[in-house]
Amino acid sequence: MAGPAGAVELRRISKSFGSVQAVKSVDLTLDAGSFTTLLGPSGCGKTTILRMVAGLETPSDGEILVNGNRINEVPIHKRNIGLVFQNYALFPHKSVFDNVAFGLKYRDVPKEESRRRVAQALELVRLPGMESRLPSQLSGGQQQRIALARAVVIQPDVLLLDEPLSALDANLREEMRVELKKIQRELNITTLFVTHDQEEALAMSDTVVVMSEGESEQQGPPEEVYNRPASAFVADFLGYSNLLEARVLASNGATTALELTDGVNVNADSANGHFGHAQVKLVIRAEKIGIASEWDGSNGDSILDGTVADVDYLGVTARYFVKVGDLRLQVIGTIDEHPFREGEAVKLRIRPRDCVVLGSA
Amino acid sequence: MAEATAQPISFGGKTSVPSKAWQLLAPALITLFFLLVIPMLIIFVYSFYLFVDVGVDKPAFQFGNWIEFFTDGYYHGAIWTTFRIAITATVVCAVVGYIPAYFIATTTFRHKWLLMLLLILPFWVSFIIRTFSWIHVLGNQGFINATLLSIGIIDEPIKMLYTEGAVIMGMIHFLLPYMVLNIYVSLEGIDRNLVSAARTLGATSWQAFREVTLPLSLPGLAAGSLLCFVLSAGTFVTPQILGGPRDFMFGNLIFDSLMDELNWPMGATLSCVMLIMLGSIVLIYNRIMGLSQVYKSFR
Repeated sequence: MAGPAGAVELRRISKSFGSVQAVKSVDLTLDAGSFTTLLGPSGCGKTTILRMVAGLETPSDGEILVNGNRINEVPIHKRNIGLVFQNYALFPHKSVFDNVAFGLKYRDVPKEESRRRVAQALELVRLPGMESRLPSQLSGGQQQRIALARAVVIQPDVLLLDEPLSALDANLREEMRVELKKIQRELNITTLFVTHDQEEALAMSDTVVVMSEGESEQQGPPEEVYNRPASAFVADFLGYSNLLEARVLASNGATTALELTDGVNVNADSANGHFGHAQVKLVIRAEKIGIASEWDGSNGDSILDGTVADVDYLGVTARYFVKVGDLRLQVIGTIDEHPFREGEAVKLRIRPRDCVVLGSA
Repeated sequence: MAEATAQPISFGGKTSVPSKAWQLLAPALITLFFLLVIPMLIIFVYSFYLFVDVGVDKPAFQFGNWIEFFTDGYYHGAIWTTFRIAITATVVCAVVGYIPAYFIATTTFRHKWLLMLLLILPFWVSFIIRTFSWIHVLGNQGFINATLLSIGIIDEPIKMLYTEGAVIMGMIHFLLPYMVLNIYVSLEGIDRNLVSAARTLGATSWQAFREVTLPLSLPGLAAGSLLCFVLSAGTFVTPQILGGPRDFMFGNLIFDSLMDELNWPMGATLSCVMLIMLGSIVLIYNRIMGLSQVYKSFR
């Protein structure tokens, strides 16, 4: 392949099905060779976006560009895109060889070269010598690899993956996750991955796009999306968070004092959000709150008194529901010897930098 | 029934059909045995009887009827006509039936059941009446001739009724729903993503159809064809009503022997011949489709 092919750009892309707007004016840029994940609950429009890039759906509005060229009008079979389906969609009546070579046949690749490239692709997915098998003779994981080989053997500009791991069982899924990422890096192929599984999204992506109801809620590197959620939806969708109403008491350049409820005050970093309003939403990740029987109060940390209401024992960690005044906070803490018990008095430590503030909706 | 226990019999590591299954199958098997197997055996025995005079025959064991069948070209001609008509009707049904089946299977129209209802609607009217209705369409004073005459395209009626063409037409009319249903079922079972996959890999929609949809719908096409062929080769009503004096099929020979000549031994012989011919075709079909595990494996 010549040059850094495969940059994809979506400009204000929309799609309506009848009166339902599945995708609402989404902008998205995929750098050549990057791994981008569309993450969201089912029905959020992520698969529709993928299908529009593939050409299986036509955008109602907006532009799709690959390598700077508009491809809205390019028919599916001329787009040079590799697509892996959730159910693999291997041709059941064709051998593994014919499945993988299918795309090469329409690219006028000579027989010899075709054979060589299929063998290479099978090598890549670690299933060499499987050419004469039928898909029905393969396990789910193997079918998945063949589907991947079939998609990459044509050297597509973009690789589209539609929840490719969701049909595999848990162990295999994690193994495939690592391998898929390795293959993607090896081929340096621009990849758009669709999933509803946040672990997959965070583990594999260069960029995560969190979607809700057809809109892009936030785009950014995994750590940023996780630690600095831009909206209540993102905070709630990723991991365990506490989403709290708060009132701004006082603010200076460095910290802002917030009142959560009568007498429960917290200090937040002023850099962590917009404090233009008097009423705001405060997001604190459950695992960022420290839980102990005693804390040395220091450097602006807020220490809250609470009572354990519920314990969810998970082995390495425990998830607590702690009552603080009339609030109920989720806290994930590592366990030393044994977890705190229900009804036990605890102290919670909240650091200013872990407090993310959203403008109140 | 004292020996009949619920214990499954084991052989070769695989358990055989448990006795419970046999008990449940028994009513059907008994019915089939007494109402199908026994009568067929009686007909087979009858084929060796001696024909004395109209309506009179004598129990015997002689091969006169069979020898007559194998030596008289009259019967062989009928076999040839039967196969020709049945194959033509089946092929036309397959080609014509694929289109509506594909349409119903792929349409995004919400009320698919309505289209299916339209398909089986003809079954609500007797097959005989539907066959008779062709007389009013194809006859000398029928719809087509009357229209063409009144427009002035032709001066005298075209002979359409009482020809082999009319017989084939009538058969297609009655067989088409069977063909469409069979093809529809197999098309319905094809994963839509397969066509999408073929398209993204570079196939045009026609190439995707040829490479994916058509081969995967072959089991339905084959099943529909077998059904159509057997039903058309076995019929005697359609040629009786729509055919001319020369358009007789094998079924008509049997009908004539039994009902007109009252020659039961010959009728029995011809019935056996028909059963053997169509039975062999079903067996051959079973052999071929059975060999292609390809089509079963992904179900």
